[in-house]
Amino acid sequence: MISREEVEHVARLARLHLDEEALERMGSELSQIIDYVQQIGELDLAGVEPTAHAVALTNVFRKDETWEGLSQEEALRNAPNAEAGHFAVPRMG
Amino acid sequence: MSHDVYELSGVRCRELLESREASATELVQVYLDRMRGVDAQVGAYLLTNEEAALQQAAEIDAKPAEERRPWEGVPIAVKDILATKDMETTCASRILSGYRPPYDATAIRRLKEAGLIILGKLNMDEFAMGSSTENSAYQPTRNPWDLERVPGGSSGGSAAAVAAAETPWALGTDTGGSIRQPASLCGVVGLKPTYGAVSRYGLIAFASSLDQIGPLTRTVSDAAALLQIVQGQDPLDSTSTGLRGPLRLPTERDLAGRRFGVIKEFLGEAIDSGVREVFNDACKTIEALGGVVEEVSLPSVERGIAAYYIIAPAEASSNLARFDGVRYGYRSGEGEDLLSMYTHTRSEGFGPEVKRRIMIGTYVLSAGYYEAYYGQAQRTRTLIIQDFNRAFADYDYLISPTSPSVAFKLGERTADPLAMYLSDLCTIPVNLAGLPAISLPAGFSQGLPVGLHLISPHFGEQALVDAAHALEHRFQLEARPALTEVRE
Repeated sequence: MISREEVEHVARLARLHLDEEALERMGSELSQIIDYVQQIGELDLAGVEPTAHAVALTNVFRKDETWEGLSQEEALRNAPNAEAGHFAVPRMG
Repeated sequence: MSHDVYELSGVRCRELLESREASATELVQVYLDRMRGVDAQVGAYLLTNEEAALQQAAEIDAKPAEERRPWEGVPIAVKDILATKDMETTCASRILSGYRPPYDATAIRRLKEAGLIILGKLNMDEFAMGSSTENSAYQPTRNPWDLERVPGGSSGGSAAAVAAAETPWALGTDTGGSIRQPASLCGVVGLKPTYGAVSRYGLIAFASSLDQIGPLTRTVSDAAALLQIVQGQDPLDSTSTGLRGPLRLPTERDLAGRRFGVIKEFLGEAIDSGVREVFNDACKTIEALGGVVEEVSLPSVERGIAAYYIIAPAEASSNLARFDGVRYGYRSGEGEDLLSMYTHTRSEGFGPEVKRRIMIGTYVLSAGYYEAYYGQAQRTRTLIIQDFNRAFADYDYLISPTSPSVAFKLGERTADPLAMYLSDLCTIPVNLAGLPAISLPAGFSQGLPVGLHLISPHFGEQALVDAAHALEHRFQLEARPALTEVRE
């Protein structure tokens, strides 16, 4: 069972705010799911190499050539707030 | 001229354009008209690209035949997870509402270079997280075979649009079964290519080591043709490889000498009896076509769901960290400082399932748990790949039902997230191993479509579509959804 403090801690790491009700529900759902995936710990996997990439690939290189990226204007076009060619955000806390 | 929309496959559209029996404008009109008639009931489209599509069609019609590319003028629709330049791309999430990408995904660029006409963007589960398309922040999509039921997910809009003939064909994405399961539930063909066959550039990332773009179509030939159009190595995605050679349109009519292994672990109690019956009949059809069918055991695949629900949320929690209200999409008006703006934006912008996955991922990656969860899951992934490799030493194809059940009712499974996850048991191990697989309509149970799932070794797409084509020809499924066009 995952404690309420743990759920709050993980939510903080994930930059999510959960209200009372959501905290409760998330706690029980998370516990149920984590209980299920914990079966992975029962397997004896000593000596088994981990796989991060399922299709065998070694280093992929390309020619060291430059190409045109997005213009500043294009990059800023979707910004909720922009000022003087920069993304604008609230002050740091 | 009048067209039977169900007869208009992608390949057929190309033939009609080449022989000048239809203009690109006529084809686009056929589909816009079909959308107007049925999409209020089905809800497959999030956005229609009517004006630009008609304009592009008019330009194509004005070109001399010798200047046209082979697929030029054939319509298509795409899942809203693919970035389309200057066309709203939301991933069915509130957090990307209003986002107009400044670039095209590589798969979209390839469609455009081939001259295809994009009809619109298709609904999905938010960020491709779900198996029913009920997690879309905008609308549910309904199954054209029974409007009370879900189309499956996460590419539910793509599957429903193809099944309702609101497009000849569509692109979807598959991370744990998101092309194949909705294809199965909607009675269409869904092909998940080998990991890396199609560039992921511009595919809004969910789980980068599993995500792959692929076709949803009404015929196996269309699946082969559409994959051939979008596949290829891409410098913008260093994990992309393309296929090993060009994919030919399949012509096979028999399966003489081909060996099929039925994965024992995928035929447990979870499989509904109606689905099992269709699957058993499909095995008999394979034998009737000259194929050999035997049972094979892959013990590690039973751990597939557990490994997947560690790896996929872990990668998602990392990928979705970019949605913070700074560069694009939604920003909350609440919050005095930067941290509180991030938190409010994410809390208001993400739906419940996305939050759940981010929480699972953040938990399994948090200090002290990494090795116990993520490390173990990555090792389990190795065992699954080894089991598949062993089985492919003896068999050309591995087969199973695609989904344990037919389409379920809207709302029926939303209360129990884990139960929804468990329904992906046959499709998930394929993504963990990076293999290509196809779901092909094989019959009906309770009047609803049932899909047959065929899996090939890496880069075995040609063999996959060849066998699927032979089976499709033998199954001869003529039934269509009983949708009534409603005119306002």
